[in-house]
Amino acid sequence: MSAALIQSRQAEIIEEFALFDDWMDKYEHLIELGKDIPAINVARKTEEHLIKGCQSKVWLAADEADDGTVLFTADSDAIITKGLVGLMVRVLSGAQARAIAEADLHFLDTIGLHQHLSPTRSNGLASMVQQMRLYAAALAARRA
Amino acid sequence: MANTALPDRIRRDFPILEREVHGKPLVYLDNAASAQKPLAVIEGQREYLANHHANIHRGAHHLAQWATEAFEGARKKIAAHINAAHAEEIIFTSGSTDAINLVAQSWGRTHLSAGDTVLVTRMEHHANIVPWQMVCESRGAQVIPVNVLPDGVLDLEDFHAALKQYRPKMVAVVHASNTLGTINPVSELCAAAREAGAATLVDGSQALPHFGIDVQSIGSDFYVATAHKAYGPTGLGFLHGRKSMLEAMPPWRGGGEMIRSVSFQGTTYNDLPHKFEAGTPHISGGIAFGLALDWMNAIGMDVIAQHEQVLVQHAHSTLSAVDGVKIIGTAPNKVGVVSLIAEGLHSYDLGTLLDGQGIAVRTGHHCTEPLMDHFGLESGTLRMSFAAYTTTLEIDRATSALERAMRMLR
Repeated sequence: MSAALIQSRQAEIIEEFALFDDWMDKYEHLIELGKDIPAINVARKTEEHLIKGCQSKVWLAADEADDGTVLFTADSDAIITKGLVGLMVRVLSGAQARAIAEADLHFLDTIGLHQHLSPTRSNGLASMVQQMRLYAAALAARRA
Repeated sequence: MANTALPDRIRRDFPILEREVHGKPLVYLDNAASAQKPLAVIEGQREYLANHHANIHRGAHHLAQWATEAFEGARKKIAAHINAAHAEEIIFTSGSTDAINLVAQSWGRTHLSAGDTVLVTRMEHHANIVPWQMVCESRGAQVIPVNVLPDGVLDLEDFHAALKQYRPKMVAVVHASNTLGTINPVSELCAAAREAGAATLVDGSQALPHFGIDVQSIGSDFYVATAHKAYGPTGLGFLHGRKSMLEAMPPWRGGGEMIRSVSFQGTTYNDLPHKFEAGTPHISGGIAFGLALDWMNAIGMDVIAQHEQVLVQHAHSTLSAVDGVKIIGTAPNKVGVVSLIAEGLHSYDLGTLLDGQGIAVRTGHHCTEPLMDHFGLESGTLRMSFAAYTTTLEIDRATSALERAMRMLR
């Protein structure tokens, strides 16, 4: 069921962003979303949870729930990155580990923000997604 | 009197300046990363590839001779442009980085030994730090940085003190800083270094596009620059070296072109400049770079420099009037580079929102991490950098776009 959950959350975000056809409006919305991100506990903003992009920093923490789902919390020092991180957390957090590891993440493409996932963008987002998948894959393997 | 007519006259030479980005007219203010190319360069390179190409220096046939003359003609143009004493003092490289690596590996390996030092500044690009660190590590030598003052001026007192204290074998300094815009007094620095017994290298990557260069009056042993920041193609640059220095240096890379004769009993090397040019060079790039120099010289380096001074003054007064903006680097002598921070905001956010408005700038540490650390700028700066075709109107548009971005982020 978790794969369907990830799909429906992506669909929801795509629909939400369809309201904005102007580039700047889209970013205005992204900045607002960044403010509501399920923020990582300040005490966990340590080197251990830091994903260092070249330009912006991202912190990510993953917690395993009893039912095998994964809860993500995150933060960034750049607001736009924070909005993007928030979207990623919204799509993946609370899903089953295996579904996260195998998720087909297409929503950034559809809403026209895919360039932020490019490794050359150096904002830490691509590395964060990789970390999320690795954590989930390790957890799924452990529980299998 | 400022020549504000310059962009009007030359913008038509740059087809890319007509395009839109995200539905907005492009405002290209990332010239310190790479300048756009005039039609003379684009068409010249195309014409060479379409009608004249052959490998150089070897062929007995017509095309090979034509290509050789054109490529060697470009070498002469570079030599004339920077007032080198001899054309063979110009070595073609893939860029400034390659040129510095050549000196670090060839000169450095023969002249540096345990306990020696190489003096650089805290405003160097990584390209004028890392090659020295690499050779120093292998020789047991050390790289020492000279301090930069809060306004972005090189700390001359610290420079002279370091010369005295460390007696460096090499002094490697940037002519104009890619992050701060600061123009360093390189003639003075080279003279002091020479007196202290040091060899000198000047990184002219950000000087070549902006003002006239005279290596004989600078008095440097080595001077490097890259073509693509000076309206030429990427993948090409040059090393200028004092002839006596280059002649005494061993070749760095081995291969074709750089040899006189090869046998398994021993190989003898070619004369300057070919000794340092192993393999087939970037022929079309060299020829196109010669055309870029022609293009700049047809305008006049003084005219370009004067226009960019107007742009810097305009940008300083316009941007510093924006509440919360602080300009990083306010040296009295600057090229067309303006770095800034906006209080409490991340430069990545600002750069992204400027891009959305069609404004191309660069954000981050600009390959000068030690300088960013020195100034405590954790998220780097937002850098606007200008060229001969930049207008004050574009700076005004970038300023309004910046104000809008700041409002959105607050």
